[in-house]
Amino acid sequence: MNPKREVIGQTSIRSKVHPVPFAPPRGEGPPPVADEHPLAAYLRMDRIPHIWCPTCGIGIAVKCLAEALDVLQLDTNKVAVVSGIGCTGRVAGYMKLDGFHSTHGRAIPFATGLKLGRPELKVVVFSGDGDLSGIGGNHFIHAARRNMDLMVVLVNNFIYGMTGGQNAPTTPVTAKTSTMPFGNFEHPFNLPALAAGCGADYVARWTTLHVRRLTRSFKEALNRRGFRFIEVIAPCSTLYARLNKLGTGYDLMEFYHNNTEIKNGADPQTVDIGFQGKIICGRFVDSERPTYLDMMKQHYTKVLGDKFVPMPEEGGLIWPPGEKPTTPAAKATAEVREPEEVTHG
Amino acid sequence: MKTDPAGVLTGAHYLDGDYACGEGAMAAGCRFVAGYPITPSTEVVERISRRFPFMGGTFIQMEDELASMAAIVGASWTGTKSMTVTSGPGFSLMMENIGLAAMMEAPCVVVNVQRGGPSTGLPTMVGQQDVMQARWGSHGDYRIIALCPQSPQESFDLVIDAFNLAELYRVPVLFMMDECVGHMTEKVIIPEADQIEIVPRRLTKKDPADYLPYQTNGELIPEFARAGDGYKFHTTGLTHDERGYPVMSAACQKQNVQRLIDKIKLNEEQIIRFEAEAIEGADIVVLSYGITARVARMGIELARKQGIKIGVIRLIVLWPFPENYIRQLAGNIKAFVVPEINAGQMVLEVERCAAGQCRAVSVPHLGGGVHNPEDIAQAIVEAAQ
Ligand SMILES: Cc1ncc(C[n+]2csc(CCOP(=O)(O)OP(=O)(O)O)c2C)c(N)n1
Ligand code: SF4
Ligand SMILES: [Mg+2]
Repeated sequence: MNPKREVIGQTSIRSKVHPVPFAPPRGEGPPPVADEHPLAAYLRMDRIPHIWCPTCGIGIAVKCLAEALDVLQLDTNKVAVVSGIGCTGRVAGYMKLDGFHSTHGRAIPFATGLKLGRPELKVVVFSGDGDLSGIGGNHFIHAARRNMDLMVVLVNNFIYGMTGGQNAPTTPVTAKTSTMPFGNFEHPFNLPALAAGCGADYVARWTTLHVRRLTRSFKEALNRRGFRFIEVIAPCSTLYARLNKLGTGYDLMEFYHNNTEIKNGADPQTVDIGFQGKIICGRFVDSERPTYLDMMKQHYTKVLGDKFVPMPEEGGLIWPPGEKPTTPAAKATAEVREPEEVTHG
Repeated sequence: MKTDPAGVLTGAHYLDGDYACGEGAMAAGCRFVAGYPITPSTEVVERISRRFPFMGGTFIQMEDELASMAAIVGASWTGTKSMTVTSGPGFSLMMENIGLAAMMEAPCVVVNVQRGGPSTGLPTMVGQQDVMQARWGSHGDYRIIALCPQSPQESFDLVIDAFNLAELYRVPVLFMMDECVGHMTEKVIIPEADQIEIVPRRLTKKDPADYLPYQTNGELIPEFARAGDGYKFHTTGLTHDERGYPVMSAACQKQNVQRLIDKIKLNEEQIIRFEAEAIEGADIVVLSYGITARVARMGIELARKQGIKIGVIRLIVLWPFPENYIRQLAGNIKAFVVPEINAGQMVLEVERCAAGQCRAVSVPHLGGGVHNPEDIAQAIVEAAQ
């Protein structure tokens, strides 16, 4: 038996010794339990190992999305993922979907073009706090205002990870970053309140400890339309945790374990996060405002009647004569709806 | 292939260059436009937003030009022909994502109705000051194609070519109109749809299992897969290999970026377009583009009265530049005279290509109006001495 293996296998998340977590034992060791990762179909296995640091939280969020896709059995040919730039921005490159790694801050408008250019697509934006709420903040608020048909997953590690730990618009007051070496003194964003205030249809927050609830939120959001915002509080072990002497990602997971409170339906105005303060999680907004595409169709149908020609669901591509596929694309895979669950605790 | 008649407003019209550009885009099959209002370009999207709902097109007014450009790159990946429209300040904001379109090889068209700059400059008045920005504006090495019309009719015709070139070479094509042409109203003939040839997206026919998004098999332009057709491909603005996967190495950079350059450079002969007249035996050749080419006519006539032999070149494609032609011509003439509504931009390219064989005389004009033809005539006379 490999002693390291035993530590990893413990069910407690507490790990006092921090043996390089997840490092597979070299040489001998128990035989693998499966030939393939059960979610391999949703991942670009030819790109593994990924670039993320040990105990980084981004991978957990990716796994939850893969699981949600798997449970729903959606037609993944029709699901696209768009990222901006950053550690989280690499997600679009690891998911086995049409994946677009765009520019810093522009994932939402890029995704908007993708959705409007081919409305039958389900478009998921997966990016970091700096990307979506800093440089891309303007797009975020306007997409929420329009109730654009996008699912936006924002991994909030309170810092600019990729560039080496600089201050983010989410950095809590007094937390140290490489550009606020004496501690941050700027007010951070309360992202659920921002999204809700701008009109998002669905707003939820979970930490990477809440994998089942996060997966459920992903499932709910995938099955809806409009602007759906899910904030995922995640450890950045290498920068946020190190600069603030918080241990590793494990320790932050333990912190989440002891310091989160689940309050579904909480007023988003009350869920801001202080440095190492309580993190309120839950599904805060779940409304049914007409989406951008609903509004457009309803309005034009009303004012233009029969003369209105909407963008075809499969996009506005003009086909050469005789080349348009005669069998309608695998659109038939109807959305599989999960049975409604009563509790969301 | 013939275009979709839904977007073609066949007939004789009295249109300004902006409206004609909008009509040309719709006739070319453009069905997604994202834009942000800016003088003197806004009429293009106003025209389109009025007509799109009747032909299955979507126009969205984005929150800024960064978003507009990003949105058309996204839409391009669905196969829907896409365009954005702006002027100087917005063009500056679009630069990063023009580079993204170049790197991802997403066909799209960017219209810049040029006004005087820098900064907010002369919002309602003409400039041709963005022609070097068109060539070099985004960071890094890449090639684009830039076109420049001189009349509303040409605005209609040429924007169709812009869409076709974008498809053929999988590049962003920059449509560098100027305010004068944009706001000038003239007769525009829109032909029947079956007279309008368009280039369809070059969709791959490969099985998803065999498809690599940037594999070219020795050719220069990869086959395209649309988002949503089951190819599950990846694309990125990072330096990437044939799979579209990021590879951070000098070797991959060379292979990736060199092809972006070569696909335009080695096809230059097919892309370059200009009008040349009275070149045989000319001592002076006047080279210009856009509205300035029309103003220069009068200056040229004035100078011809003094017996000077003047040839005329009007660039229709600004980039790639007709380097070989200019280089050969330079050996046979005394000077190029280059009037343009800027402090002297294209003249630098002319001078580079002339390589010391003859002079390249700039006739600068800083914007806000067109040249006085007499200034052009005088420059020609001086150059001929
Ligand atoms: C226009 C532009 N500015 C700056 C950068 C540098 N940059 C890359 S990632 C990043 C921050 C990313 O932070 P976040 O979105 O929080 O992602 P994380 O790495 O934390 O997951 C920055 C500033 C860039 N790529 N492009
Ligand atoms: S730097 Fe931080 S966010 Fe980036 S991969 Fe490492 S732990 Fe994750
Ligand atoms: Mg971050």
